[in-house]
Amino acid sequence: MGMTMTQKILAAHAGLPSVSAGQLIDAKLDLVLGNDITTPVAINEFCRAGFDRVFDRDRIAIVLDHFVPNKDIKAAEQSKKCREFANVYGICHFYDVGRAGIEHALLPEAGIVTAGDCVIGADSHTCTYGALGAFSTGVGSTDMAAGMATGKAWFRVPSAMKVSLSGELPRGCGGKDVILSLIGMIGVDGALYRSIEFTGDGVASLSMDDRLCICNMAVEAGAKNAVFPVDGVTLSYLEGRSGREPVIYEADGDAEYEETVEIDLSKTVPTVSCPHLPSNTRPAAALANVKIDQVVIGSCTNGRMEDMETAHAILSGKKVAKGVRVIIIPATMAIYRECVVRGYVTDFIDAGAVVSTPTCGPCLGGYMGILAEGERCVATTNRNFVGRMGHVGSEVYLSGPAVAAASALTGHITDPGEVLK
Amino acid sequence: MNTEGKCFKYGDNVDTDVIIPARYLNTSSAQELAAHCMEDIDPGFVGRVSAGDIIVAGRNFGCGSSREHAPLVIKTCGVGCVIAKSFARIFYRNAINIGLPILECEAAADAISAGDTVAVDFDTGLITDKTTGETFTAQPFPPFIQRIIKAGGLLASLKCEDAEDAEREKEE
Repeated sequence: MGMTMTQKILAAHAGLPSVSAGQLIDAKLDLVLGNDITTPVAINEFCRAGFDRVFDRDRIAIVLDHFVPNKDIKAAEQSKKCREFANVYGICHFYDVGRAGIEHALLPEAGIVTAGDCVIGADSHTCTYGALGAFSTGVGSTDMAAGMATGKAWFRVPSAMKVSLSGELPRGCGGKDVILSLIGMIGVDGALYRSIEFTGDGVASLSMDDRLCICNMAVEAGAKNAVFPVDGVTLSYLEGRSGREPVIYEADGDAEYEETVEIDLSKTVPTVSCPHLPSNTRPAAALANVKIDQVVIGSCTNGRMEDMETAHAILSGKKVAKGVRVIIIPATMAIYRECVVRGYVTDFIDAGAVVSTPTCGPCLGGYMGILAEGERCVATTNRNFVGRMGHVGSEVYLSGPAVAAASALTGHITDPGEVLK
Repeated sequence: MNTEGKCFKYGDNVDTDVIIPARYLNTSSAQELAAHCMEDIDPGFVGRVSAGDIIVAGRNFGCGSSREHAPLVIKTCGVGCVIAKSFARIFYRNAINIGLPILECEAAADAISAGDTVAVDFDTGLITDKTTGETFTAQPFPPFIQRIIKAGGLLASLKCEDAEDAEREKEE
């Protein structure tokens, strides 16, 4: 029996000729990641276990992104703890305010991950890097501590679901509409413990930003990881970024997939996940009666340059609806700078939005856009659980940047086709 | 290893945001965090829970964020075991890594009611609802994971391996 793409990457990192679903392996890690919330817990565990060295200071990334610039004294103490640890152990990829960005936008952009890598991150959205053809999965702080000390992690080799893409996305739709639709189809545990492997003729038409967004939310279907095949789009994205050579793995022709889902991209519609589960999807056009108080455009899911371009195309020269607060957060300093250079920031401000430096802040109800009881937000973020963005009586509707920007102009959930006419 | 206590019952997809809301994650102190355990789904939980009590839930328990703070606050509150139909994979991993006992058992998750007194034997996977007299058997962990749990968590098990390696080197 052949191996899936994920299984091939895992076998190579475990030093085994082949692996099969269910097998327990110890795999070598190319990168161990943590942020300002999960790293302090990992540092506690690392020290408590008595470790006094890291396996490779060039293979650890610590990114301060959730509560920075620090939202309060306690957050400042957590950042300080990360900073001191990075100094003591000489961590090469330590990203602080001014250089930092949201981790899952920053690491691909800075070339810290590449095709064929085996990556763990103490952040559930670490599955993002599957877009580059890497095996990448979220873990907890103890796994991060063990990974920093040993350069290894244990895995149960996952079985897989194949998602076969055909056609091309229509105007007004992006990667977010694809992944929300998929989660709506299979449910929040539809891929539990499994890999999602994307394939098919439709892959070539998806940009790297679309692919990063799609893999980012695989965890919202319960998946261990998601992965795209390496093609021309991948290689041209990696060129000039990565200091390491990409390694290309392909699924065997006879690899076993427990389930195959077919998606015709040309039939995608602007999609929204209603409270309080990402699988609770509806076409945006069917939700025009939902009035909103806030819009957030940003996050590790949709804070990339194409997302800013989409938002700008809709908001530029217009005014946001009265009574709607619009918060735009480019995900990295490079994207933020590009928005300044292109004049997007001026146009966003003229439209009535605020533009923040990179932070995860509002996505997880940390700061920078907390909701009061009864308030509703359309957000390009990734979770709409009870209380996710503030009061337990508030509501988050997940969408791509086009729906979010269109809704900002009208004050209710809006299919971007309505404002792009 | 055993635990016995009263059951707190929840539905499907209990996410890490309701187990420990992110607004409190500006600290890594387990005691401080534990005061907010289950706050957004069951505000009185912390006041009612006692050592050894058991959480019983539906599918995909612990979905969402990778925050290890979630199993950590449940453990710190004294919960002796979480029984669910299934666990989200990062929560599953984190619970094992920090030594919070968890069991997958669909029949027990369906049958046990809130407030029932439940006893769990981790060596055999036997779950007994002492209120109704019903018994259930959960899938035991594979030996690899049992070794981590026996050592008291992932890092302790790595230390054991180090010590074993050193022993072996000495013998050679």
